[in-house]
Amino acid sequence: MTFLGMPTAPAGVGQLRGDRDFPSAAKDAVQDEQLRRNLGNATATIRAKRARTVQEVPDWEELRQAGAAIKDEVLAHLDTYLQQLEAQVVAAGGTVHWARDANEANAVVTRLVQATGSTEVVKVKSMATQEIGLNEALADAGIAAYETDLAELIVQLDHDKPSHILVPAIHKNRTEIRDVFRREMKGVPADLTDDPAELAEAARNFLRQKFLTARVAVSGINFAVAETGTLCVVESEGNGRMCLTLPETLISVMGIEKVLPTWQDLEVFLQLLPRSSTGERMNPYTSFWTGVTPGDGPQDFHLVLFDNGRTATLADPQGRAALRCIRCSACLNVCPVYERTGGHAYGSVYPGPIGAVLSPQLTGVKENPSLPFASTLCGACLDVCPVAIDIPSMLVHLREQVVQQDPHRLEAAAMTAVAYAMSSQRRWTWALRALRIGRPFARLKRLPGKAGGWTASRDLPTPPQQSFRDWWAER
Amino acid sequence: MSAREDILDRIRHAKADRSVEVPRGYRRADAATASLGLFVDRVEDYCAVVHRASLAEVPALLGRLADGRLVVPEGVPAEWLGGLTFDSDAPLSTEQLDRVDTVLTTCALAIAETGTIVLDAGPGQGRRALTLIPDHHVVVVRASQVVATVPQAVARLDPRRPQTWISGPSATSDIELQRVEGVHGPRRLDVVLVTEPNLP
Repeated sequence: MTFLGMPTAPAGVGQLRGDRDFPSAAKDAVQDEQLRRNLGNATATIRAKRARTVQEVPDWEELRQAGAAIKDEVLAHLDTYLQQLEAQVVAAGGTVHWARDANEANAVVTRLVQATGSTEVVKVKSMATQEIGLNEALADAGIAAYETDLAELIVQLDHDKPSHILVPAIHKNRTEIRDVFRREMKGVPADLTDDPAELAEAARNFLRQKFLTARVAVSGINFAVAETGTLCVVESEGNGRMCLTLPETLISVMGIEKVLPTWQDLEVFLQLLPRSSTGERMNPYTSFWTGVTPGDGPQDFHLVLFDNGRTATLADPQGRAALRCIRCSACLNVCPVYERTGGHAYGSVYPGPIGAVLSPQLTGVKENPSLPFASTLCGACLDVCPVAIDIPSMLVHLREQVVQQDPHRLEAAAMTAVAYAMSSQRRWTWALRALRIGRPFARLKRLPGKAGGWTASRDLPTPPQQSFRDWWAER
Repeated sequence: MSAREDILDRIRHAKADRSVEVPRGYRRADAATASLGLFVDRVEDYCAVVHRASLAEVPALLGRLADGRLVVPEGVPAEWLGGLTFDSDAPLSTEQLDRVDTVLTTCALAIAETGTIVLDAGPGQGRRALTLIPDHHVVVVRASQVVATVPQAVARLDPRRPQTWISGPSATSDIELQRVEGVHGPRRLDVVLVTEPNLP
């Protein structure tokens, strides 16, 4: 489906759709007790950390409002800012490439790596390259991509998929991670314990030589400044600095919505992002670079800008604010649904509340019709969102689209019937009395046949003996 | 149509064009003076070690901190390096840097509220690889370089210079959200805070 005829992210490439719908994937996930324990511990820890460091900031609400408005300004004049960014990056010695979708972006990066003659790249953790399935595309071209973020490395070694925006291996505990390392990591000591410090040391040793000898790196981008062409990557481990500094060639891949108007705007986002994502006052390392600096860092720099459904999202006035997202993952950590199902059930690299509004818009709701329903609409996500995305309202809007696209759904017919009954006092009183006939069947708790979908995640209430209206009339 | 023209065309057709007023009611660059106590507290919270020193004490302190093979970029005041033996960045190859134990630098500025030290490849800071590959980073911060907030830092920095913002040693929280210091970047960070005024 396209919004105003705008092309969405193509199927068959990247990771925006699951093999199954959310309810069936979630049903399996909640039965995995180990998974629920791991997620419960991890999300509780990070929620508490975030709350502590956000509380410290006296002007948090003002920063949030500024962050939201800056992103809205970007979306209002996206064509202008992208052209400005391009001109500045080129002026500073970089090359800019444009890609309509995942396939084109993958083709551009593959061609750029091939041009260097290298058959391997080191990678900084990047949601964008996960979204477009870059590693798979590079593998098809005979190029090995090494993930260097610890959690991404765990996921890659285990041939697993990321389940969280910030901590892709959040679904695994230390013992499971030790087992992956013992099984898949060459040269790891046989008596490796599950002490996190020892596991981090093993990853350091495993990747050190790769960093020192890699000729090509691929990164995502956290922020791109249109005014100056300055790019920013925020990280913790130093793997980002390794990739951004040591190789001869750097290829950075970003969705078109990541641009910011001015350098000054970073004063807002560098306060909002770290506290919202890791709950730290500042992440250990933040790197900025503008094109190429002689004698310092990669001398061959490429920036790949891709759309992949973002303009389709932009075209929907009620959905476009999802493009404000700075991928902090605060909404995942507070979501009661995410905490119980984990990220894999969403089928997309963007799980949790933001995923439930972003993935269906990037692919078109027709291809992700269950995600807008993967929420209780409790509103915790809006409260913590550093750019104030009204996810609950957007979910309702997308649910409406799902229903409108499929008018034959039983739910739509039922709602029409209820609307008819409620539009007249006489009909409504009659309908309430009629409900009493259903009392003996209410023990079933589940509706039969096609209507069963409605009660799959809801208990069927028992109609009362007497309605309030009847009771009132009798007094 | 090229991908570029096509994407720009799609954006124009999305009709998101409207005027947006950015409310900047947050604490701006002109607010607040920096507290050195807060800076020290915040840096130590990241498990970095802070050493307060007067200018006269700096050479002896650096002599104690700089262990093993040392590299010092151009622009670090010569009077701090009295008795030290060190390599200059000639430039050193990546392999040579990998054999260095400690790097000693100055910085562009520091941020009290977040315990952050910013390098911008200015005098005494060297290129980015220099403060990345050695396992131990000793950085000298003059008290006058400490600003209070992130907006104050952004206002003073030149975005066209390569920058590295450092908040404690390299760390990860990828395993059960438990913080572990020391992954790929320097595993030890010593911050020398020079508190004497009127420095060179």
